Amino acid sequence: MTDLLEIRELTLEFRSLRGVVKALDGVNLTVREGEILGLVGESGCGKTVTGLSVLGLHSSRQTTTGGEILFEGGDLLTEGDAKLQETRGRKISMVFQDPLASLNPVFRVGEQIIRVIQEHRNVVKSEAEDLTRNALADTGLPTDKSLLRSYPHQLSGGMRQRVCMAMAISCGSRLLIADEPTTALDVTIQAQILRLLLRLRDEHDLAQILITHNVAVAAQACDRVAVMYAGTVVEQGPTTSIMKHPAHPYTIALYQCLPHGKRADELRTIPGTVPDLVAPPTGCRFHPRCDYAMDVCAVTKPMPTVVADAHWATCHYVAARMEDG
Amino acid sequence: MTSNGDTPLLRVEDLTVHFRLRRGISRKSVDVVNAVDDVTLEIHRGQTLALVGESGSGKTTVAETVMQLTKPTSGRILLDGLDLSSVSRRERRESRHKVQMVLQDSYSSLDPRMTVHDLIAEPLRTHGIRGGAELERRIAALLEMVDLGTQHLWRRSHEFSGGQCQRIAIARALALKPEIVVLDEPTSALDVSVQARMLSLLWDLQKKSQLAYLLVAHDLAVVESVADAVAVMYLGRIVEIGSADQVLHRPRHPYSSALLASVPSPDPEDRGRLAVLEGDVPSAINPPAGCRFHPRCPHRMSVCETETPVMREVADGVSRACHLPDDTVFDRFEGDRRARELRQTAPI
Repeated sequence: MTDLLEIRELTLEFRSLRGVVKALDGVNLTVREGEILGLVGESGCGKTVTGLSVLGLHSSRQTTTGGEILFEGGDLLTEGDAKLQETRGRKISMVFQDPLASLNPVFRVGEQIIRVIQEHRNVVKSEAEDLTRNALADTGLPTDKSLLRSYPHQLSGGMRQRVCMAMAISCGSRLLIADEPTTALDVTIQAQILRLLLRLRDEHDLAQILITHNVAVAAQACDRVAVMYAGTVVEQGPTTSIMKHPAHPYTIALYQCLPHGKRADELRTIPGTVPDLVAPPTGCRFHPRCDYAMDVCAVTKPMPTVVADAHWATCHYVAARMEDG
Repeated sequence: MTSNGDTPLLRVEDLTVHFRLRRGISRKSVDVVNAVDDVTLEIHRGQTLALVGESGSGKTTVAETVMQLTKPTSGRILLDGLDLSSVSRRERRESRHKVQMVLQDSYSSLDPRMTVHDLIAEPLRTHGIRGGAELERRIAALLEMVDLGTQHLWRRSHEFSGGQCQRIAIARALALKPEIVVLDEPTSALDVSVQARMLSLLWDLQKKSQLAYLLVAHDLAVVESVADAVAVMYLGRIVEIGSADQVLHRPRHPYSSALLASVPSPDPEDRGRLAVLEGDVPSAINPPAGCRFHPRCPHRMSVCETETPVMREVADGVSRACHLPDDTVFDRFEGDRRARELRQTAPI
C-alpha cells in the first residue's frame, strides 16, 4: 500500500499566558491508502491537535509549527489558505466528538449536507440532493424526506454522528480524520459506528485517522496504531503487533491500566502525572515516570528503533535491548 | 443476589419514579416519563452493586432516589431496615450521613471559591464538629485516606487535576463515615491511568472500612473490576440482576448479552466479534408495550410485544425478566481473559 499522508517531524508550539506550550515535539506518522490509523493517548498528549493541524484548523495566530505534512505531493503546512480550502472537505474531512456541536442547529440536516456539496463541487441542486441521499445511504441512514427535513436536535446521538460522517464523505474524501467519534455515545451505538468506519474503509477505500483515548476501540477498528505521549509518538506499528508485543514502557503501562478482566487491586498505575508542556521533561518526555529510565533518558531524545516488522518505538531502553539481541 | 441472612444495608423495594413533563405553549398537555419502574435491589455491608445500562436507562435516577434527592412516585427505600419515607424529618436528617455520594464531574461539583480545607470541613461542621483540633485532625486523616497530602489544604479546586478533584470529592463523601457511598460514573471523565488509580483507591477504602458502594457506570470493564453484584437496566427496568461473576460472564438476558458484546475488547484477535444491536434506545415517554426491549431484541417472540415479563430467579442468585426459557444462557466471548494473559510486563 502506498502512503497517502505523511507527517514528518511535526512540531507545534502555542503561546499561552503561562508561557510557550510545546504541544507537539517531532511527530512522525504515516497513513496509507485505505487503512485506518489509530492515534491513541491520554488527554493532552497532542492527538487532537495533530489531527487539526493536518487541515490547518489549529489557531494559526497563536501557534508556530515546524516539520512537514505531505499529501498528494504538497506540504499542507506551507500551502496557502486557498489550496488548503480545496483539500478540506473535498480530499480530507474531519468529524468530531460531539456531533450536536458540529451541526448547525437552525438548518435542516438535508440542507446542511447539500450546502457542503455545493461548496466543494460544481453541481446543480438536484444533483447535490442525489449525492446527499447516496452519502446518507452509505452511512446507514434512511434517505427519505423525513430525515432530510429533520433538525439536528430531533435526531439521536448515533444518527447525528452518522449525519456528520455522511457530510464528511459526501464530496469523495480520501482521508477521514475522526476525533473521538464514539466517545459521547452509548456502547451499543459505539459498536454501530465502529462497524460503519470499517465498512467505509472496505467499500469506499476511505483511509482514516481514528483519534481515541480508548485502547480497546483502537484494537477493534484500526489497522495500525500510533501511541502518543506528551506531544510525541512513542510507538507505531500494526495493531496486532503493538497490542500483543508492546515495546515502549508507556504503551505497556497504558495497557496494564486497562480494567478489562481484572480486579481493581490488580490494576497497575503509572506513578506521577502527565508533564506540564510549558516545561516538558528533557530527553525522553516519559522518563520521570518510567520504570526503565536510565541516565541517558534525561539527556537525549530517543530515536525510533525498529522492534518488529513495520513496528517502531522511541525508547533508549528498547534500543539497548535490541542491540544486545 | 448473594445474601448472608441479615438485613441488607440498603433495600430498594418496587421503586417507581415518574416525571411529569409539561409541553406545548400553554404548558397544559402533560407527558409522563417512566424513568424508573418497579426496581428492587439490595446491597449488603462491604459490597459493591453496580447499576449498568445506557443513557436514559434510569440508573442515575435510582441513585438520586437513594440519596433522597428525588422523591419516589411509589416504592420504598430501606436503610438498615428503616423506611426513609415514613420516618420523621429529624430521623431522615440523621440518616443522611450514612449515605453519601460522589458525582461524575467533581470539578463542577466542588465549590470553586472554597479551599480543600473548607470543602472537607463543611459536612463535618454541618453534622456537629464545630472546629478546633478535632476538626483539623479529621481533615488531615481524610486527606491521607485519599492519598493527598496536607500541603493541598489551602488550595482551591481549579488548581487540581481531574483525578485529584475526584479524590477531594471522595474525602468529602467519607467525612461523615458513611456506610454506603453512591458513586455516579466516578471514573468516566478520567484518563485510563488515572482511572486505574481511582479504582484501586476505592477498592482499598472499601476493604478498610467495610463500605458498601452503589456504583452507577456504563463502562462494563470498570464494573467488572470492582463489582460484587450487577443489575442491568434498560428503559427504567432491571432486566437482570445477580452476582457480577454470573451476569458478566454468563448473561441470561438478551440485552445483558448484547451490552456485553458491544464492549470492544483490547485484543485485536476479537475483531469482527463486536456485536451490533440495531436501532436506538426508545423514548421513556411512551416506552414499548410488553417487554421494553422487544423492538431491538434478536430473540423476540410474539408474546414479548404484549406481555411484560416478570422478574424471576432463574439460577442461583440470578433473576431475570424475559420470556425466553429459564435455562437460556448466552456466551460471552473470552477476549478479555485472553487479553489479560497476553499482557506483557517488560519491554521487548
